[in-house]
Amino acid sequence: MSEGVRDCETFGKHWPIAIYILLVYLIFYLKTNLRCCCFCYFSEQHENISQEEVVGLGKEVQDRTQGFRRYLPLAVGSVVGLLMLLTPLAFVLLPAVLWPDRLEACGAACEGLFLSISFKLLILLVAVWALFLRPSRARLPRVCVYRAFLITLTLLLTMSYWLFFGVRILDPQDEDYHGIVQFAVSLVDSQLFIHYLAVVLLELRHIKPCYSVCVIRSTDGETRHYNIGQLSIQKAALTILEYYYRDFPLHNPALLSASKHRAAKHLAGLKVYNVDGAQPGNGNPSRAMVTASAKRKDSAHNELYYEEADYERRVRKRRARLVVAVEEAFTHVRRMKKEDERATPSDIMDVREAALAVFPSMARALQKYLRTTRRQHCHSMESIQKHLAFCLINNMSPKAFLETYLSPGPTLQYGPERWMADQWTLVSEASVTSGLKDGSEFLLRCLDFNLAVTVKSIPYIRVTEEFIDPKSHKFLLLLQSETSV
Amino acid sequence: MSQNFVPGQPVSVVTQRIEIQKLQHGDHLILGFSIGGGIDQDPSQNPFSEDKADKGIYVTRISAGGPADVAGLRMGDKIMQVNGWDMTMMTHDQARKRLTKKKENVVRLLVTRKSLEDAVKHSMCSYPKQIQAKPGFKD
Repeated sequence: MSEGVRDCETFGKHWPIAIYILLVYLIFYLKTNLRCCCFCYFSEQHENISQEEVVGLGKEVQDRTQGFRRYLPLAVGSVVGLLMLLTPLAFVLLPAVLWPDRLEACGAACEGLFLSISFKLLILLVAVWALFLRPSRARLPRVCVYRAFLITLTLLLTMSYWLFFGVRILDPQDEDYHGIVQFAVSLVDSQLFIHYLAVVLLELRHIKPCYSVCVIRSTDGETRHYNIGQLSIQKAALTILEYYYRDFPLHNPALLSASKHRAAKHLAGLKVYNVDGAQPGNGNPSRAMVTASAKRKDSAHNELYYEEADYERRVRKRRARLVVAVEEAFTHVRRMKKEDERATPSDIMDVREAALAVFPSMARALQKYLRTTRRQHCHSMESIQKHLAFCLINNMSPKAFLETYLSPGPTLQYGPERWMADQWTLVSEASVTSGLKDGSEFLLRCLDFNLAVTVKSIPYIRVTEEFIDPKSHKFLLLLQSETSV
Repeated sequence: MSQNFVPGQPVSVVTQRIEIQKLQHGDHLILGFSIGGGIDQDPSQNPFSEDKADKGIYVTRISAGGPADVAGLRMGDKIMQVNGWDMTMMTHDQARKRLTKKKENVVRLLVTRKSLEDAVKHSMCSYPKQIQAKPGFKD
């Protein structure tokens, strides 16, 4: 009987430890499991899974878990935040609820600590909301290592404090209330310091530029250089994509057909038959064919030169007609002034009607120009009319209206059907959660083009100083005069 | 002039004596050429000198048909002496004053130019054994 009681007591003493160990095991299991899920579905490192399978898998899972995956970080953040918020309150309230008669009275210093706890908790709440509880702006293939580390650290901290509270305060029902409140304050302080660590790891490290990346688009060779801080490869890919949507001109597959035709012509020259028994016309350009087609290249560069000169002239002619048509169209419409209020009501229009009235006189010239530069699919009639209305409202000149159509703008300028924001795949030889290093390379693949990214570290710059005395600036006058005698 | 010019050290060059009669032009006497250079001027801008550290007085322009042209002065000549006065270490203004003294009607110049040096060298080359016997011309 006494042994049974003693067993119960032993179990009662050690239940917090058991729960603690279980929780730690659960956290690590979850972390590895999440990573495994993502690894299988969204990374490209397994060569034995074929490309189609992976893309197909990704698309299926994507459709099913669209809403779930986007809000998972938010849910986890809310749960952890709530836990962090309620634990100090529990530490303070539980003794007052469970053994109020044995508790020492709370003096002035102790009540001052209540004030401190409440303000610190408020600051912590706002800080956690600002940093963690934002809707995520992207979905990356793997869980961010630093976030997982911070969540684990927070949970470990909270579990340790609960363990200590359970063993040393709840069990013996400690009467020193001042000490208990100080214990709760120390927990809030530790949570604030963990938040500071989170700010340093997640935000400050990314700001100071450390690496210079070179981004090249594979289809037309557009190159840009950016300075970014110490990020993991997937976060760097995200930053680069955000810059891509801002800086790179819209990808236009219609402009690439000319070089493809030339390439096809190079290969389609002569047919070579091998009479020594191999299959005729097997398609690989043999050496004889290459040398024979090399002789035809003498005319190929000539063709290219004249074709390009002709294209330039056509574009310039169309552009001149367009500029004249737009300028003329803009002279027909004028903002209504005070003295025009007496004009006939049929002449007064709002901006949409004005745009509709002015548009036909320039529509033809604009359409012809866009056809010549092969950008007619980027601009629909409604978008042109909307842009015209916008320019009329803001008193823009005809040149300002035309700028949108004369050169291809950044991808974000066009409608969402051109963004292809959910088609990006990160192809990398190193693990995507590892940090950027000097010389690392990875590829961002979209449907018809790739962005090749190479990383170089910013050099270690040594600056020496040289002091110049302001009085040391002295000058000589050097003449060379000629006198006639 | 082909040697490196070191100020203060003796120079040995081949010179030519030129005597110019001053011409009355209005109420002053002119010689018909322009000078450039001097120790207070910038020697690197001198187009006629071989050694750009040479701060001597050079003839920069000759008026055609003037007294200097008639006497045989050529553009690019370096003036070594004027009436016995040394011209190699003179300021521009002092040189001008030496040449335009109102009391003198004639100026006797010692000038040097590269073609003189070359001519002497050519004549010396055909008699190689006599080079040591004949020291360079000094004036």
